[in-house]
Amino acid sequence: MGGSLNLNHLLFLLQGAGWTVVLSVLALVGGGILGFAVALCRVSASRAVRLVSGGYVQLIQGTPLLVIMFLTYFGLPAIGFRISPLAAAGASLTIYVGAYLGEIWRGAIQSVPRPQWEAAEGLALSRTQRMTRVILPQAVRIATPPTVGFFVQIIKNTSLASVVGFVELARSGQIINNSLFEPFLIYSIIAVIYFVLCYPLSRLSRRLERRAGQGRGQTLAPA
Amino acid sequence: MSPAPTSATGQDPAVRLSDVHKSFGTNKVLDGVSFDVPRGSVTTIIGRSGSGKSTALRCIDRFERIDRGEITVCGHRVHEPSLDLRALRLDVGIVFQSYNLFPHLTVEENIILAPTAVKKMPKAEARELARRVLAQVGLEEKLHAYPEQLSGGQQQRGAIARSLAMQPKVMLFDEVTSALDPELTGEVLKVIEQLAADGMTMVLVTHEMAFARGIADQVVFMHRGKVHEIGPAAILSSPATQELAQFVGTGL
Repeated sequence: MGGSLNLNHLLFLLQGAGWTVVLSVLALVGGGILGFAVALCRVSASRAVRLVSGGYVQLIQGTPLLVIMFLTYFGLPAIGFRISPLAAAGASLTIYVGAYLGEIWRGAIQSVPRPQWEAAEGLALSRTQRMTRVILPQAVRIATPPTVGFFVQIIKNTSLASVVGFVELARSGQIINNSLFEPFLIYSIIAVIYFVLCYPLSRLSRRLERRAGQGRGQTLAPA
Repeated sequence: MSPAPTSATGQDPAVRLSDVHKSFGTNKVLDGVSFDVPRGSVTTIIGRSGSGKSTALRCIDRFERIDRGEITVCGHRVHEPSLDLRALRLDVGIVFQSYNLFPHLTVEENIILAPTAVKKMPKAEARELARRVLAQVGLEEKLHAYPEQLSGGQQQRGAIARSLAMQPKVMLFDEVTSALDPELTGEVLKVIEQLAADGMTMVLVTHEMAFARGIADQVVFMHRGKVHEIGPAAILSSPATQELAQFVGTGL
């Protein structure tokens, strides 16, 4: 028995929470970059590019994140690549998040009405100009609420990194519980911290969703 | 408007379709369509839904590729794979049924986008241009409005202004008033009439028979993918074929 819960334990938990945030941001940035590339590939003019990127999305969406973590952390060393828990968790999350964000963003791009493409084409804009000046600005607005919503999933999913020995929030809770044997108390604290991290984002996502439905008239100063 | 023939002899027409064929799958949409649009003249294409009139129009700006035949637009050989698509679309403006102003941009931004991005026109000059084309369609006061703050008729006039800002040699109008109620239709048609009076070469697909008759130097009546009847606006008053008589007679 390690005595009762004290400030050091709490600080340790907060440190774990910090790593959860780091891992989440890593996943969002890495997965965001990958996802953006995937989304563009999914709407590419080339059939081969569409097929390969589509295959990637299917493969990852059909694989548990846990298995991807095992593969990178235990599988890679078995074939000769050493990898740290942070790198393994970061890489796994990037691969995983990239597929999902790619799919969310592909949907957003494709939900911009076809005539918008044609209008841009009729004005002699190049494919890149059509994408960057006409389609993507509209797609971003469509994609923002589900993207923020998905970020909440990412934060919660980082807890899986504990299985590769990465000490984030869930794992730090386990460690403390191993010495204190107060599972109800400690896991309640863990749950509260996760909630505090996620709740503002859930709220933001819902607010953005409501606003997306209203269009953008209110951004204009009264004439 | 002068009813006088507008094609000067010895001058190539702005648009020429020769024996154009086009199928969607097994559905033959254009079955040997030919007609010329002389420079500075107005051609209206009429016909029932599914007669191929919109497809014919879209082929002119290569929104559809044709299976056989030739289309020449201001010297661009549209049917050839080597076509410089950008050059074609610099010469041709198109306005659609669903307006299609870009909703994330103000009217002014909609208009200056292509001139600045495609023609590399300085912003100040493009803004000046935007003011000019908006005055042309009677929408100066909506410069800074977003499309959703405009009525359908205003949006469509904005789309026409956006197209005009590229200073095209030919303008295509694809049922531009079909989504508008009668009141708003009038204000859009007035803008198009003014363009015609200014000598713009135009091809219009329309359901507005009175308008088609009033503005057209040439009427093309399409039926089952073919040009069934073609001639001056007078053919609407004295159709040579039963199909056109029926089409005109059944109203619209």
